[in-house]
Amino acid sequence: MRSCTIGGTSYRFPELAGLLAKATPHRSGDALAGLAADSEAERVAARFVLADAPLTAFLDEPLIPPEIDEVTRLILETHDKAAFAPVSGMSVGQFRDWLLSDAADGAALAALAPGLAPEMVAAVSKIMRHQDLILVAAKISNTAALRTTIGLPGRLCSRLQPNHPTDDPRGILAAVIDGLALGSGDACIGINPATDSPANVVRLLTMLDELRQRYAIPTQSCVLTHVTTTLDLVRRGAPVDLVFQSIGGTEAVNSSFGVNLALLAEAREAALSLHRGTVGQSVMYFETGQGSALSANAHHGVDQQTLEARAYGVARAFDPLLVNTVVGFIGPEYLSDGRQIIRAGLEDVFCGKLLGLPMGADVCYTNHAEADQDDMDVLLTLLGVAGCAYVIGVPGADDIMLNYQSTSFHDVLYARRVLGVRPAPEFEAWLAAMGLFDDRGRPRAVDPGHPLLELPRDLR
Amino acid sequence: MTCAEAADGIPPAGGPQDASGAPPETADQGASAGTSGGRLDLTRFTAARVAVGLTGVSLPTAAHLAFLADHAMARDAVHLPVDVPGLLQELAGAGLPCLPLRSRVRDRREYLLRPDLGRRLDQESAAMVVRAAHEAGLGRGERPDLALVVADGLSAPAVMRQAAPFLREFVPRCRSRGVRLAVGSYVSLGRVAVADEIGELCRARATAILIGERPGLTSPDSLGVYLTFGPKVGNTDERRNCISNIRPEGLPFAEAAATLDHLLHLALARGLTGVMLKDDRPLAVGNAAASVPGVAAGRGERRGEGVS
Repeated sequence: MRSCTIGGTSYRFPELAGLLAKATPHRSGDALAGLAADSEAERVAARFVLADAPLTAFLDEPLIPPEIDEVTRLILETHDKAAFAPVSGMSVGQFRDWLLSDAADGAALAALAPGLAPEMVAAVSKIMRHQDLILVAAKISNTAALRTTIGLPGRLCSRLQPNHPTDDPRGILAAVIDGLALGSGDACIGINPATDSPANVVRLLTMLDELRQRYAIPTQSCVLTHVTTTLDLVRRGAPVDLVFQSIGGTEAVNSSFGVNLALLAEAREAALSLHRGTVGQSVMYFETGQGSALSANAHHGVDQQTLEARAYGVARAFDPLLVNTVVGFIGPEYLSDGRQIIRAGLEDVFCGKLLGLPMGADVCYTNHAEADQDDMDVLLTLLGVAGCAYVIGVPGADDIMLNYQSTSFHDVLYARRVLGVRPAPEFEAWLAAMGLFDDRGRPRAVDPGHPLLELPRDLR
Repeated sequence: MTCAEAADGIPPAGGPQDASGAPPETADQGASAGTSGGRLDLTRFTAARVAVGLTGVSLPTAAHLAFLADHAMARDAVHLPVDVPGLLQELAGAGLPCLPLRSRVRDRREYLLRPDLGRRLDQESAAMVVRAAHEAGLGRGERPDLALVVADGLSAPAVMRQAAPFLREFVPRCRSRGVRLAVGSYVSLGRVAVADEIGELCRARATAILIGERPGLTSPDSLGVYLTFGPKVGNTDERRNCISNIRPEGLPFAEAAATLDHLLHLALARGLTGVMLKDDRPLAVGNAAASVPGVAAGRGERRGEGVS
């Protein structure tokens, strides 16, 4: 069974988890975990063997035992057998062929999503080239809505990320104004706070909510703090649109984040009780990223990309508005260079979309990784073609609080122009009504008397 | 820190966006001046790259080049070696003579890919710490309160520029409080957790490691300090308190030293660091952004993670 001979050498893969890890395109995190293939030949041998594995193997042989992992239990218990039926007799290789075939159109893929386990999706991605990942992802449009609609075909949204090293309100508002004027903010206006205290989070939430109401901006705000802080603030009447949490693909990594499935469900119920949506009621925002489980010693011998897909299995149980991989943030010990970051970004968006999520990406890198703006241009463009629901907008691509480079407001404009895609419809109408964009979707002059500019004056 | 030369090259926000010499000719060219914030200069409110202008929908040349200059400095900060003899001399001058130690990492590339090796001392260095601890404690059997460790981390400029000035503020505070200091250490290619091994070997009650943080474009030379009570190999980051962004343009030395002094005092009195130890001073004083690394809520809590 699980062996393959390449160039006269026979390679054996006794465990499913090891097979998946060794079939994975090379990345530093799997090498650090001691899971990667020892040679290119072994990697290809693993792909041959993986291509022959039946999709049902991932249901029959859980990579992490359900007895010790609630994420495995969630995946198995919510697996929709009827939805799975059309592909249930296929091997991983046959599944790839089917995904690329004309039979797998948008409707067929949408119907299939609840029948796919994250491990199946991760497995097939490992035997797909970049163009395969893009072609299949581009067929899928998963939408979710609160005050804007995320994930519509022909649209690319952005999270406006106005971070400031000391959470200074004027500094944050200056970045928000810059971003709104350049058409960012339709996914959300979301701050990573420098200080996590409830008092500070409330101050920022209130500021964003007043801003939103003052200009009637059809979007949602978020302060990305721990779910327990947000839950507490909901109960105290703070204006919470979205519940944020970082999540991973094992119970142990979620535990290292201080969360579990019950807590996420409780927080979602609390946010839903506020009825703050206008065009929808999706209230959760999740961030993920390959390598988080190894970073927390919580990987159970499973490769980082498969665990990332399992994190999407967690996310989809909570009807999220936003899910994005923070692909290059974690550092070179997990994804060492532009090549690895680009591959991981494509895998993440492919897996998230195939599992039914309105998947976004933080196209990003740190200064100790071997990557630069050119690599980000490549990934942003590829993800745009793949129909990524949203990306991040940071002033000048430089996040001065988190000390990393993401995509800029300009990058979002570039992607929309070169791909011929537009902002979320609700937000697009607002940009025109505010005189910020012209009737051809181009940013216009904001004259000195524009009401947006009153804001920092007020705060002076 | 934004590159001064490059910054000078950026036309003032709200001014004409014709650095390339091309006059505004289309609506969106004209728009760029407006989106730069009109006559209200958004750059006054933040160091973020706001109001950088537009050509079409793209970055004007000056802003593009300014970004490249800052990225180059941040990259160099990661890869430049520390002038170890010079630094040791400065540290001694600041009141902290240091043993020159090394982690188990062989070179910079391995440092970036193998954080596990950067968290441990090589054999010879471990032996040096044991010897020095033995000599210092000879005949007294006293445990030091604090082992101060300095490491290059992810930014050589950070440790070369900020470590000695910080110590000149902090070491006198230790003396006046009667804190017993272990012999100092400088670790080449060290990660935060290497201080656990040093603290354990010299039986210190707590360690504080001064380490170059992951460089950002606007802060290539930012120093972080991680305080750990009960140093022990295998400690995780939730057990530490972190003071971040120490540099003249960020958290000033005196303020950072006062914060560490306060946290150390609390840690020694209560016998712990980490999530349970909060900087309980009023917000105005305690605004030093002391935080617990690794208790990952959003990315905001993971700022120091690159060097852990």
